[in-house]
Amino acid sequence: MPHWLTLMIDSLGSLLWAGMIFTIPLTLLSFALGLSLGLAAALIRLFAPAPLAAGIKFYVWIFRGTPLLVQLFLIFYGLPSVGIVLDAFTAALIGFTLNIGAYTSEILRAAIGSVARGQWEAAYSIGMSWSQAMRRTILPQASRVAVPPLSNTFISLVKDTSLAAAITVPELFQAAQRIVATTYEPLILYIEAALIYLALSSILSALQSRLEVRLNRYGGFLEARS
Amino acid sequence: MIIELQNIVKKFGDLTVLDGISLSIAEGSVVALVGPSGGGKSTLLRSINLLEIPTSGTVAVDGDSIEFRPNVKVPTHAIRSVRRHTGMVFQNFQLFPHRTVIENVTEGLVTVLNWPKARARERAMQLLEKVGLAHKADVWPSTLSGGQQQRVAIARALAPSPKVLLCDEPTSALDPELAGEVVDVLADLAREGTTMVMATHDLRLASSIAKSVIVLDAGAIVEMGPSRDIFTRPQQARTKRFIASLAHDGVSGGEGI
Repeated sequence: MPHWLTLMIDSLGSLLWAGMIFTIPLTLLSFALGLSLGLAAALIRLFAPAPLAAGIKFYVWIFRGTPLLVQLFLIFYGLPSVGIVLDAFTAALIGFTLNIGAYTSEILRAAIGSVARGQWEAAYSIGMSWSQAMRRTILPQASRVAVPPLSNTFISLVKDTSLAAAITVPELFQAAQRIVATTYEPLILYIEAALIYLALSSILSALQSRLEVRLNRYGGFLEARS
Repeated sequence: MIIELQNIVKKFGDLTVLDGISLSIAEGSVVALVGPSGGGKSTLLRSINLLEIPTSGTVAVDGDSIEFRPNVKVPTHAIRSVRRHTGMVFQNFQLFPHRTVIENVTEGLVTVLNWPKARARERAMQLLEKVGLAHKADVWPSTLSGGQQQRVAIARALAPSPKVLLCDEPTSALDPELAGEVVDVLADLAREGTTMVMATHDLRLASSIAKSVIVLDAGAIVEMGPSRDIFTRPQQARTKRFIASLAHDGVSGGEGI
């Protein structure tokens, strides 16, 4: 067996383990929390009084306009100066959640806005309240518009979790770095890490396709025909 | 009176769309709101179920009454209590595209009125039979023709047994043949005594199905009366001009004037 293959197989266990207990939980948790934050932010942008909406606009401006790595450093290394000390995983989770929240709020705002005004009126006309209309009529239709760009964000996030290595989270990429430090085989180990990320994002792409088929099952958007 | 409007004013900025309209509609009436585009008929219709909030005036439907004043916000529950007496059919159907035909009809019953699913389905099937679409119960709306979609929309509007059916240009997005099947369904409902108010350009709806006609122009009532009289012996010059333009358009269910 060639040396590179032996090395890859020997290190596979620790890389997968790091992926399983850090990369995947960090991805799933921060996406779920970030998406909820993004939905709340989108609803505030669209429907809340102007000062609140301006606050959200400011938040999105900050978190989309600064590098994710800098945000992580600020939270993990910067906040202790004002007495807020977080463990590395929590700091990463907060950073990713805030970042995902900013991006997904814009996606959801556009998707909710894309549902025809007439759908609100139809929902109201059968007696629905605002929240019933939102839940039963608007969000299901907005989700079909939102899924492709949300999937982009999700897939970017899987790869971006490697930035957590820089604030000492022992995730997949950091596991690779540690093995490199003892074996001096950066090419082989980093290729291996890249392949695992590629596998993870391929799984997500496949799930996205299935979700899109399900969301598109009801055919074209209804338009007046004349 | 099932519907009472008093001195309804609606302004969009500086533009006055409804200029102090008062009218009452008795239970069982079938009323057509006609008049040139931009005359305010659609806005008036939408003021009855408060999809349009009047700037001032009083709206009462089946005893639930709200008085509107400029810059005074009316609580949502009051608006919903007026609205629940009405059902509405839209020009562009506005079926819920992500729900099947029968789910469109059961949606209000299940979500708003908390009916058990089985009972809602039963009621929905009766309504779909009435509009001739029971065989399409489980398809997606996008697979239906415009006329079929509008008939489903009528069934959806009738599901919660509203006191009044409001129709906003129900045939004007349809080809004449497809409009015909919608006209037939509305004619049946009229015969059964359903109270209906329709904003329309469609001569068939206005002259043969509606029993009375209200002519609106520039946000005010020009003339009102039994539809036979309005169409054969209009009193006002503006009504005559409007009817002439409709006749010129031919008896079509199609485009507006």
